[in-house]
This record gives sequence, structure tokens and C-alpha cells, in this order.
Amino acid sequence: MGALELKNVTKAFGTTEVIKGVDLTVNDGEFCVFVGPSGCGKSTLLRIIAGLEDATAGDILLDGKRVNDVAPAKRELAMVFQSYALYPHLTVRDNMGLALKQAGQSRATIQAATDKAAAMLSLEPLMDRRPAELSGGQRQRVAIGRAIVRTPKLFLFDEPLSNLDAALRVATRIEIARLHRDLKATMIYVTHDQVEAMTLADRIVVLRAGRVEQVGSPMELYNNPANTFVAGFIGSPQMNFLDAAALGFAPGQVGIRPEHLEISQTAGAIPAEVSHVEKLGGETLVYARSPEHGLLTVRLFGEHHYQVAEPVWLTLQYARAFQFAPDGKRRS
Amino acid sequence: MSARLSPGRTIAAHAILIAWTLVALFPVFVIVINSFKSRKAIFADPLALPLPGNFDWVGYETVLKQGDFFLYFQNSLIVTVASLFFVLLFGAMAAFALSEYRFRGNTLMGLYLALGIMIPIRLGTVAILEMMVASGLVNTLTALILVYTAQGLPLAVFILAEFMKSVSDDLKNAGRIDGLSEYRIFFSLVLPLVRPAMATVAVFTMIPIWNDLWFPLILAPAEETKTVTLGAQVFIGQFVTNWNAVLAALSLAIVPVLVLYLIFSRQLIRGITAGAVK
Repeated sequence: MGALELKNVTKAFGTTEVIKGVDLTVNDGEFCVFVGPSGCGKSTLLRIIAGLEDATAGDILLDGKRVNDVAPAKRELAMVFQSYALYPHLTVRDNMGLALKQAGQSRATIQAATDKAAAMLSLEPLMDRRPAELSGGQRQRVAIGRAIVRTPKLFLFDEPLSNLDAALRVATRIEIARLHRDLKATMIYVTHDQVEAMTLADRIVVLRAGRVEQVGSPMELYNNPANTFVAGFIGSPQMNFLDAAALGFAPGQVGIRPEHLEISQTAGAIPAEVSHVEKLGGETLVYARSPEHGLLTVRLFGEHHYQVAEPVWLTLQYARAFQFAPDGKRRS
Repeated sequence: MSARLSPGRTIAAHAILIAWTLVALFPVFVIVINSFKSRKAIFADPLALPLPGNFDWVGYETVLKQGDFFLYFQNSLIVTVASLFFVLLFGAMAAFALSEYRFRGNTLMGLYLALGIMIPIRLGTVAILEMMVASGLVNTLTALILVYTAQGLPLAVFILAEFMKSVSDDLKNAGRIDGLSEYRIFFSLVLPLVRPAMATVAVFTMIPIWNDLWFPLILAPAEETKTVTLGAQVFIGQFVTNWNAVLAALSLAIVPVLVLYLIFSRQLIRGITAGAVK
């Protein structure tokens, strides 16, 4: 039995269905990431789990108990929001201790719990400040601290890194991963960023338009995508899709990741013309336009020198290519 | 607004604003200066400043001696402050419900509540008077407080609902997950964040109530429930008007409302709201 179970959960706002029947089990201690493009229902699903929205149909089970009608505060979970959502009138310490105070814990217990969380996140020097006096990264650490203090059964993260700048985002990501190792708690994390999903998750749930497209570990999704949507969403830069018929396969699409496409200035299977080159130092991305397949991305490691408008030849590593039927499903 | 307006436009903007300020303040200025002058001096040169030659306390002496002006002031203050309290409390609660909860008829209810902005409450005077007579509230301050609360609510609900929609959902949800009741969320999270809007509503609500002559005259004309504006009418007779006393009474009436205004305008400064959410 899992820490969290969703059974055929649906949610409709008026007549528009945003969650169309989701079944999911999240195991104890697992780091589960919901990923998908904006509007796919991932945040709504998280809010249903939190109890902030009611499911239109279906059951939500926490530790085997049905919690559909249990108030958010009684579900023993903690949530970290994208906008931090710190209480502006309270100090960092009071922000972190509020939930315990509401639950009627003693002053000493609250003090001990907040001190412990502060030590984990190195927030000690900030404990008597108000949110207005903190930087964005500090605020998000306080928000995470507020969640830790409650020692919840389930942590919910709603795009917690989206408001941080790139460097801080990487640092906070590592911090969250470390917290998960230390606390061994069950965590559900919502993001639209597939890099966050790949780096943090034990298991990724890919959502599209209110449906689960595929569930699996990051490497399962990378090496074994169920359909073109998952194949395109997981992995960066995005997978190339080629016309299967033109390559001599059954009609549909052939997917090949940019790192599995070879480029040559002399010979190869597909003629193309370089349309843009991105040099990132450690790797080089070559965008080449083929008359039959459109724009294709090639990922090369190290520095390479290609000129725009230069004719090149591309070759697929067929062992790493995926075949998809015209409806987008993977051909086995 | 861009911070980099050209100097010409800045000067023009200031000139217009200063001109408007002068126009708006002129009647107040004339009332105040003339309240310190003798009757003869008022008529001889209404725009002259009160100088030793024409200075006279007679208006204020009359006001303080004749009629029970302290009582009138007290009545006005009770009515204004109580109405303001109820308008802000009920207005904010209704606005919170309208902006926060999804329920059937939410939009219709919002429109219905806003309708009062367009329909003057005075159209219903006769019905209101009949109601007050029937409930035995004529010549009580309660009658005035009830009417003014009703009069102030539509605008309060309308403005506050708009502002409450802008309060971060995440913050309210964080409160719910931490186990705060809806009342705590309303009073300790949402209200402090809409304080500037509350102050605006307070100012808009307060001034018409303080200045109103209509309802005190109709609903509470008894000596012990007179408000300041109604009290000042005793100096306006059919044949003789005691201008010194009228002007002094009006000058005095400005003071409390000015103090209230200063209190509310300080709330307009956003203060601690910054940093709650990014």
C-alpha cells in the first residue's frame, strides 16, 4: 500500500473537465514529480491532494484512509508554494511555528521543531526577521522550513523554484534533493521544467490535458517513452521527429534524440543544411534543415565548427531510434 | 507612470493640480476666515483676512453658548464612526465571500450588491421613514446608523471585492493547510493586505455621512439626536441668519472629519504588505 493513492480522480470546473480520471500510487518515501506543459492539470491535481480543491469524482487515500472529506489541515501534509506564501505579519520563527501552534503544541515543542528545521536550512540568523526583509531565495527556504517543521506524512511542492533565478534554482534543487534523502519523506513535486523532474524524481508522472501519459523513473521515460508526447517532453534539447515513410519504415514518425544523431561534412543518410549553431562550450548544438524532415537538432560534445548554410549529412543511430504509429503511440 | 516626464509636462501637471487644489480649497478658506470676523466685517469685505481691526470671536461664542453643540458633535461622531465600522466590516466580509468562494449565483449577487452604487438611497426616503416609524426607531441614532450602513455598503463591496481578488491564493491556501480558520484567514491574512483599499473606502464613506443633512432632518430631528449639520441650521432663520454662528459651526465641523481623514490616509502607505508574495 502506498502513502498516497488516487483512484479514478476527476475534476471539472463547470463543464470543462481538467482532470480526466487519474489513477496513481505514490510509495512511502518516494520522490514523485508531476510534470507537464502549463494547463495540463498538474497543479490542480496537487491541490486536490492537498484538499484545497474537491475532486468531482474518485477517491484520494492517504496511508490507506480515504481523505476526500478531510480538511487540508487534518491531512498531515505540508505544501510549499511557488509564491512562497509567507505570512507577512509574522517573523520567520512564527511563520514556521504557526501550524504547530494551531495544532495546540507546547511552546517548547514548537521552539525545538523550528530550531531543528532552521539548522537544516541554515536559517538561524534570519529567525527574527519578517518576510519583507528576506531575499527570494531566503523566502523560499523559509517556506520549505515551514513545511519541514510539521513533520508531515506528505510534502507537496507547487513549482517551488519558478520564481528563483537560475543559479539559486540549481542550489535550491540540490537542497531539496538532500532534504529528501535526510528526511526520507514522501514528496510530490509539481513542475513544468523537465530538468527539475529528471534530476529530482524517483518517479515521474507525465501529464497532458488532465490525463496521465506515462509513469516511470527518469531513465525509463528517457529510454522507453510510451508516445511522441512523452518522448518530446522528456530530454533536452527536444527529440527530433522524422517522417518514417521517407526513411523506409511503416507510416508514422521516427524519433531520435539529438545526441543520437550523427553529423558529417562528407557522407550520410540524410542531406541537410546548417541553419544555426549554438556553442555552449561543453557541447555544441547544430540545427540543420532537411528538405524531407524539417529542422533537426544534433548534439555534439566538445567544440565543433560548422558554418551556417554549410551542407551536411546526418545519420541516425538506428539502435537508439524510436518508431511511433501515426496516432503517436510507440511501436514495439 | 513613467518617472521620466519632460520638465514641461511636469510643470503643466503641477500647474493643473495646484489650480484645482485652490479651487477646491477656496470655499473652505472663505468659511474659515469669515468665521473669525464680526458680522459687519463679513459683509463689508468677505475676502479680507481676520485682522485685529475686524477680528471677532462672536461666532464661536454663540455656537458654544447657544444650542448643545457638544452633544451634536458627539452624535455626528457616533453615527459616522459606527456606520463606518459596519460598512467596513460587512463590506469586507461580503467582498471576501464574493471573491474567494465559488457558489451558484456569485456573479449575480455581486452585481446586485453593486447596483446600490447607481441608485441613490434617498429615492427610498418615504419607505425608510415608514419602516423606521413602524420599528420605533425614529429620533434614534440607530436609525441613522442603519441607513448610512446600507448607503455605504455597495461601494465598499465593489471596491473591496476587486482588491481581494488580487490577494494571493497561495497565501490563503497556506493558511488553510496550517489549520487557520476562514475567520483567521480573513482577519489576520487578507484584511491587513487590503488595508489601503479599506482606507480608501473609509474616506469615501465617511464624508457623505458626516455632511448629510437629509436623513438627520427626516429621521432624527429631535434635540438629543441632532447632528452637527442639522444643529447648524438653528442659526439659519427665515428672516435673519446668524452668519457668524453658521460659519463658526461649519468651521468646527471640519475638524473631526479632517482628523479621521488623516488617520485613514496614513493607512494608505503599504508598509508591511511588501514581501508577502513575490
